[in-house]
Amino acid sequence: MRSNSGTIRTHRAVTTLAALLAGALALTACSGGDSDKKGDGDTSGGATGSTLDLPKLNGAKLEVAAVWTGTEQANFKKVLAEFEKRTGAKVTFVPAQDPIINFLGSKIAGGQPPDVALLPQPGAIKQAVQKGWAKPLGADALKELRKNYSQGWQDIGKVDGKQYGVYYKAANKSLIWYNAKAFGNAGAKEPKSWQDLLTAAQAVYDSGVTPFSVGGADGWTLTDWFENVYLSQAGPEKYDQLAQHKIKWTDPSVKQALTTLAQVWGKKDYVAGGADGALQTEFPASVTQTFTGGDQPKAAMVYEGDFAQVNIGDTKAKVGTDAKVFPFPAVGSDAPVVSGGDAAVVLKDSKAAQALATFLASPDAATIQAKLGGYLSPNKNVAESAYPNEVQRTIAKALIASGDDFRFDMSDQAPQAFGGTPGKGEWKDLQDFLKNPKDVAGTQAQLEKDAAAAYGNGS
Amino acid sequence: MASAAAAGAPPGPAAPKSRKSVTGTRRTVAALFLLPALVLLGALVVYPIGYSVVRSFYNASGDGFAGLDNYKALFTDDGIRTALKNNIIWVVFAPTVSTALGLIFAVLTERVRWGTAFKLVVFMPMAISMLAAGIIFRLVYDQDPDKGVANAVWVGVHDTFAQSSAFPKAHPGRDSPLKADAGGFITSAPVHVGQPVTLPLVGVAPDQMPDGAKKAVAAGAEPGKVTGTTWQDFTRGKGVGKLGSPDPSEPGYAGMRIEAVKDGKVVASAEAAGDGTFTLPASADGALLRLPASNFKEPYNGVDWLGPALVTPAVIGSYVWMWAGFAMVLIAAGLAGVPRELLEAARVDGANEWQVFRRVTVPLLAPVLAVVVVTLMINVLKVFDLVYIIAPGSSQDDANVLALELYRKGFAEGQPGIASAIAVFLLLLVIPVMLFNIRRLRREVRR
Repeated sequence: MRSNSGTIRTHRAVTTLAALLAGALALTACSGGDSDKKGDGDTSGGATGSTLDLPKLNGAKLEVAAVWTGTEQANFKKVLAEFEKRTGAKVTFVPAQDPIINFLGSKIAGGQPPDVALLPQPGAIKQAVQKGWAKPLGADALKELRKNYSQGWQDIGKVDGKQYGVYYKAANKSLIWYNAKAFGNAGAKEPKSWQDLLTAAQAVYDSGVTPFSVGGADGWTLTDWFENVYLSQAGPEKYDQLAQHKIKWTDPSVKQALTTLAQVWGKKDYVAGGADGALQTEFPASVTQTFTGGDQPKAAMVYEGDFAQVNIGDTKAKVGTDAKVFPFPAVGSDAPVVSGGDAAVVLKDSKAAQALATFLASPDAATIQAKLGGYLSPNKNVAESAYPNEVQRTIAKALIASGDDFRFDMSDQAPQAFGGTPGKGEWKDLQDFLKNPKDVAGTQAQLEKDAAAAYGNGS
Repeated sequence: MASAAAAGAPPGPAAPKSRKSVTGTRRTVAALFLLPALVLLGALVVYPIGYSVVRSFYNASGDGFAGLDNYKALFTDDGIRTALKNNIIWVVFAPTVSTALGLIFAVLTERVRWGTAFKLVVFMPMAISMLAAGIIFRLVYDQDPDKGVANAVWVGVHDTFAQSSAFPKAHPGRDSPLKADAGGFITSAPVHVGQPVTLPLVGVAPDQMPDGAKKAVAAGAEPGKVTGTTWQDFTRGKGVGKLGSPDPSEPGYAGMRIEAVKDGKVVASAEAAGDGTFTLPASADGALLRLPASNFKEPYNGVDWLGPALVTPAVIGSYVWMWAGFAMVLIAAGLAGVPRELLEAARVDGANEWQVFRRVTVPLLAPVLAVVVVTLMINVLKVFDLVYIIAPGSSQDDANVLALELYRKGFAEGQPGIASAIAVFLLLLVIPVMLFNIRRLRREVRR
């Protein structure tokens, strides 16, 4: 606080005071407080067509926290730069660490929360709301959101019926990447069903290449595998119930899913390096080993979301020609669409923060980052042509086409202790299952035990 | 908290009972000068410790008094119990092995001409941060012998004694006349003279095919002999091709051993030629043909260093690599202070080198050794980075130590109460060791 300039401090004080006094009318009050500067807050509500009207925010300063690094961060900064250009506000990117909710906790305890944070889990949004950190979206942002997002994507940003999050970035986690050369040599085709997948795997195996690469050192790749099988096999209703721990992990549907999973994980020589090797392979290595080694790669297929492209970029393989992708095949009646995503949440209510949330909900922001690659938007008004290549376009299309039938990553919805801690809970239990795929009942019992402990703590 | 510490402090340094100390400064003046240090200490050390103790009695969110629940969790939670067990292993083995190695290095380098250079090399790892050392050893212990040097050496040694075979992943394809048998494969029907046999398998990678492999040809019938072909029944890019007979581009399994088995006894055996054909004498008539397991032995994959069983010893190994140098330097310094006459006297009395080392050098070095072991013990109790980095996610639970569990509970699972309890427990563990060190130090000073 003390390091900021005097004007900002006054501005904040005025904002807070105004918010206290005017309650729901805070936005209007803010613009009143701003009137000594150049800002004119009356442009809001004028958004027509695809052009987005943002208020003038000269002199306003914003902090945005997210866990992104490297290219992802650089690309996002370009989006922020566009926001700065349009509004005149100054936006600083604050790099955060995982789990971001704990990072924010210490920031807030220190009295300096960022204005906007990008939260990767619905559970984190809920926590932020319960702790009173998150502020609901303003009218402009809501309007933009309703225009551009399907109901499903709006709903996962809601807590108790109030809209808090804008899903700015999405991940399609129902994809299997494959080495086109290895598939060609084996005469295998892109499978549409689980049975086809097993047939393709057998053909690849017969040609002398291990079919699957599994990054088992990272537990989340395993939970994602499970979620796809479970969503397709047991259906969305059961999926939601299991995600909320309304049915137990000892349920027969879980048994069926694990048994199905064991058809891949448990078959001798189907997983690169065997179970022991896979358990020591981190996710990036699991991708790169699939796309290196000419026509004798360590494995022919690797399951993971669209973000695997980043790791394929580390190899000589070209996405679209050497490295191809097919949607996770249907295990039950429908193919699963499991997704993830990052939602922008306002932590410090101000006109500028709300304006940024509005901007991030608009196709304008998403289009900028889509063009730069490695990014998917759940925004249905982002033109397909914005994506830089065919593969990315296909993935984006599949995500938008799923409408409201997609389901959010289950482990991301679970309490951190169960669904998001290395060497604990679901991660650890599925790692043990990968090591010993025969023990379905034991795995279920352990999952239930860990889940009961984690959900019992009230997340 | 800080002011309380400051207020309680003044009587400390002034030993004489008079109002003025030896140097003639007044107590108030002394207190004034001590104040900045005490405030800093209080704010940075005493207050955090005190707050941790208080926090450890509250629940996860920090608003409800939890009594001893967090401490109960400390001894009932499986993860913490493993951590505790591993910490004991660490405290027992890491300091002793490091000190023993340091002692050996120190004593030996004393008599080597290039001793200083050697010491420099052994001490070098100390210049590397724990984090960097962790990353180095994560690679050293990599399962893949092409990456991990530990397994590269191990597999290299192993393979000089036991050769791996040419067809480790070969297996019967669809509708195969072969079935699995004791690690190998056997025909389901007996073979007969004059009827060429086919023994197709699939799954051998082209780059693993033996050098002598040529295009497979169907064996012709030969009177009085059992003939046949064993080959890879898989055409690249086409799949199986024509099932059960060699297609033009399918390679023969050069060097595959074939045994004719009658009633469990091997009556004849042969080795396939480059084109996969083989010939067995008439005695094989009516026998089952077996491709014995020796054809399919998996290549040795080395030791699972970072698996659940070995991960703690492996991480301790990396710790020893770092800290043996530290032990060596301290012990070498102590060794320099050992009177030479005593060693000479022992030698004159007819003691051999081992006896000199065992009965004279080590007892004289005992105080130094104790300091080194105790210092390392304190160091080991807080070990975190090496475990965090070296152990892959899948075995982090098996490699867990208290400091890591503290971090996981506090920052990943949102259980600051339990994390604080672990911190307090760690403090309690360190205190006796520290008292020991302080008392020893005092005795040294008095001497």
